[in-house]
Amino acid sequence: MNADFADRQRSAKSEESGKSAKVAGRYDLVIGLEVHAQLRTASKLFCSCPNAFGHDPNRNVCPVCLGHPGALPVLNTRAVDLAVLLGEALGCEIRETSVFARKNYFYPDLPKGYQISQFEHPICVGGAVPLGDGRSVGLVRIHIEEDAGKSKHPEAGDDTESRIDLNRCGVPLVEIVGQPELHSAEDAGLYLSSLKRIVEFLDVCDGNMEEGSLRCDANVSLKPAGAAELGTRTEIKNLNSIRNLERAIRFEADRQAKILDDGGTIDQETRLFDEASGRTRSMRGKEDAHDYRYFPDPDLPPVFVSDDRRTRIAAVMPELPLQRQSRFENSFGLSPDDAAVLTQTRALADYYDAVAESAPDPVAAANWVRTELLGRLSAEGKDITSSPVSPRELTALLKALDDGTLSGKLGKAAVAEMVETGDAFAVVVERNGWKVVSDTGQLAVWVAEAIEKNPSEVASYRAGKTSLLNFFVGQVMKASRGQADPGALRPVIEKALED
Amino acid sequence: MSKTSLRDLSLSEAALAVRNGEVTSVDLADAFLSHSEQVEPGIGAFLHLERDEVLQAAEEIDQRRARGEALGELAGVPIAIKDNIATTGMPTTCASRILEGHRPVRDATAVRKLREAGAVLFGKTNLDEFGMGSSTENSAYHVTRNPLRVDRVPGGSSGGSAAAVASGQAPAALGSDTGGSVRQPAAFCGLVGLKPQYGRVSRSGLVAFASSLDVIGPMGRSAEDVRLLLNVISGPDSLDSTSRAGGSSSRPGDSTSRPGGSPTGPENRADAPLPSVLGIPRRWIERGAGSDVVRVFEETCEWFRAHGVELREIELEAAEQAVATYYVIADAEASSNLSRYDGVRFGYRAQSAETLEELYTRTRGEGFGLEVKRRILLGTFVLSAGYYDAYYGQAQRVRSRIRSELETVLSGVEGILLPTTPTPPFPLGQKSDDPLEMYLSDLYTLPASLAGIPAVSFPAGQSEDGLPVGMQLYGRDDSEQDLLDWVSRFESSTRGNGGAS
Ligand SMILES: [Zn+2]
Repeated sequence: MNADFADRQRSAKSEESGKSAKVAGRYDLVIGLEVHAQLRTASKLFCSCPNAFGHDPNRNVCPVCLGHPGALPVLNTRAVDLAVLLGEALGCEIRETSVFARKNYFYPDLPKGYQISQFEHPICVGGAVPLGDGRSVGLVRIHIEEDAGKSKHPEAGDDTESRIDLNRCGVPLVEIVGQPELHSAEDAGLYLSSLKRIVEFLDVCDGNMEEGSLRCDANVSLKPAGAAELGTRTEIKNLNSIRNLERAIRFEADRQAKILDDGGTIDQETRLFDEASGRTRSMRGKEDAHDYRYFPDPDLPPVFVSDDRRTRIAAVMPELPLQRQSRFENSFGLSPDDAAVLTQTRALADYYDAVAESAPDPVAAANWVRTELLGRLSAEGKDITSSPVSPRELTALLKALDDGTLSGKLGKAAVAEMVETGDAFAVVVERNGWKVVSDTGQLAVWVAEAIEKNPSEVASYRAGKTSLLNFFVGQVMKASRGQADPGALRPVIEKALED
Repeated sequence: MSKTSLRDLSLSEAALAVRNGEVTSVDLADAFLSHSEQVEPGIGAFLHLERDEVLQAAEEIDQRRARGEALGELAGVPIAIKDNIATTGMPTTCASRILEGHRPVRDATAVRKLREAGAVLFGKTNLDEFGMGSSTENSAYHVTRNPLRVDRVPGGSSGGSAAAVASGQAPAALGSDTGGSVRQPAAFCGLVGLKPQYGRVSRSGLVAFASSLDVIGPMGRSAEDVRLLLNVISGPDSLDSTSRAGGSSSRPGDSTSRPGGSPTGPENRADAPLPSVLGIPRRWIERGAGSDVVRVFEETCEWFRAHGVELREIELEAAEQAVATYYVIADAEASSNLSRYDGVRFGYRAQSAETLEELYTRTRGEGFGLEVKRRILLGTFVLSAGYYDAYYGQAQRVRSRIRSELETVLSGVEGILLPTTPTPPFPLGQKSDDPLEMYLSDLYTLPASLAGIPAVSFPAGQSEDGLPVGMQLYGRDDSEQDLLDWVSRFESSTRGNGGAS
């Protein structure tokens, strides 16, 4: 799993949490993140084109998102509802009236020559992102905007022309602007993974950073340790994973520290993170900054969210990750670590909830889901959303383990086979003839075989080497292909060897 | 019916004749086409008019009738369309090089409604490029002459639509009005031109100049023709979030079955009631208008007074700031609206540009005309960091004052009577080198645009040397039907003698 919130929580906790990480002991590192999340609507923000990823270039387009003369934007109210839901989940103030503005600049993947975005009057202000350890990071605002298209520039050799794909043009985004309250790369990673987990749980965004549904820019600055005033910041773009966010921050903090150590000053600029080298490089300086000439978009009336609408949206708020995590601890008795792992994604938490509901032992169930199922799935290149083993089938297995009709060893084999074949638990048991055998008659047959095949061990045992009992247990388990009930087996062996 | 008499029918008479089978749509179209062939070379009203296209559309109407299909209220009636309104099957160029040959993939909503009502689209009319101008001299293609006096401008920016109707080439036309672009050419060409309330007619498919001001408006020879067109093209539209339903709750008891106000009965509105009180900003008029216009204004006042209307003098102070306010707001919006013409996806594209920057600057430098570039520069400036508040912000504040001033005044009077233009139509070329002089000619139309209220221009008299002079009525929200009623009354008692008497 990519968004390993639990891992991050563990590693963040092991540091001196709450305290600023010092860069070379002389500087305080200050980080603020701006996160763009693609909203999971059926259609785009201002037209009825599908909001979908992976289609052929320039298929999901219409006069509105192509900026044809005379075409007008019409707001997708579902996008507003999702922004309100997110704002409610993060404790933001939801503004009754928010306003779309035009952000004017020329770029080939921006058909209208302006992006429609909320500027002076965003839909949400304030709020905070919880880090999961009691700390939280404040938010400045959340606003709604449309995405631009994608330019593909020629790479060395083949194609000499730049190409534009406008499928993404007009896809609804929220931009979540955090306060500059993060002080280490690890905390920044924790913040982003927590936010990712929240948008996924709310089903506001699929959280996929590789496909770009969740994107992050980091504002990074240093100030002399303990100083009140913030230093000059750089904005780092192109951070397409949590790991790269952390790498970029570490590199940038070191780079800035070196400059300051040498008595230099930091240029306020936009820098690009290069994944291959792990370095950031200057993309454009302050002098190249656009004057976006924002003004309210006259094509769109102000967005009005009544108290009633806000209340209705908040009323269907799903359980948030941290709430769920503590419910798993309190209701099912899971360890904090198990609870964190099983709430990494909503799909996993839903899966575990479904299993735990009827499993005989929720703690054992957690272990089976976490260790066996997830392990097998990832070995098969799958994840919980594509699990061939349904919660019901896993529960059937857990029940068999609990009532002793299946051994732990066979249980593991059963999970592997169920993941591989997608067959039901009963089918797998049937096919393999797996059943715990505790009938002493059948056990005696296997034991007699073992005694006959190993005369020298029998002699040693009878000569007093009673530790060989385990050897015979192993032999019978092998011969029974694991079906023999080890508990019932021991007295049968002892009796047979004493005869 | 002779071809001349066919051309003389009102829109409703013509449609009725087609529906009843007294005349075919093809005959009707042919009457206008034949006349057009004679007069158009001396006028230049159209950017696009294809005989075969028009006849084919007319033929379809006739076939539908032959099949017994129900035909709409504009059955077979030719309507000319300003070339900044999107039409499928015909170019939509906005009289700009940058959109030369551009063919929209969707009809404007107003055009779709015309087609659904059975109208035959009768070509695309000339305009000032993107609607920016008051004389139609800013067209990238050719100038349009005033049919009533060919050395004069027809007004603008809907000068082509006005000239097409005034020269008898089409019985009515759609224009668009951002700061007076329907009313001023209507006044210059002796027509009725309505600027509906903002949002009354969908802007979907109207190529944007200044989005907070633009509205499509009908132009015709009578208030009733204009009313019929309005009723067809108006109404809320899911493609335009700024479009609105008619007949707001501010006027309880009004029927909402017809857009823009009070219930209207049968065709003849000549006996409709007149307002009891009209406001007249006399001092502003005496200060700003020429003597011919002031005289016709006084004559029109006299007509209303003689028909029992009380005329109350009003002061409009904020409205006098309308010119400066308008040019800041309209140009700011235009600078953004016209950003999409960059040579990347459609329209004109400069050849052999080496860099992206060069593609943009050359495409836009070559594709836009002088006035459009002037407006884009001005609009870009007033939105720039450091200037925004002093210009755009200030203009918005003044706009609010103008709106509330007019609202206050209109709560005490039912309408405001004032001239449409300060002068009769001016000679071609007279103001084309002096943009400020040109801008000032819009002073009486701009306040209604900034306030978003309905306003109508109607022919009210003539200058000493026989040029048309138009008067204007501003109305309250949702008052289009009332305004047209009043004009109808005025027409019925003054028709035939060229103005107030
Ligand atoms: Zn679209």
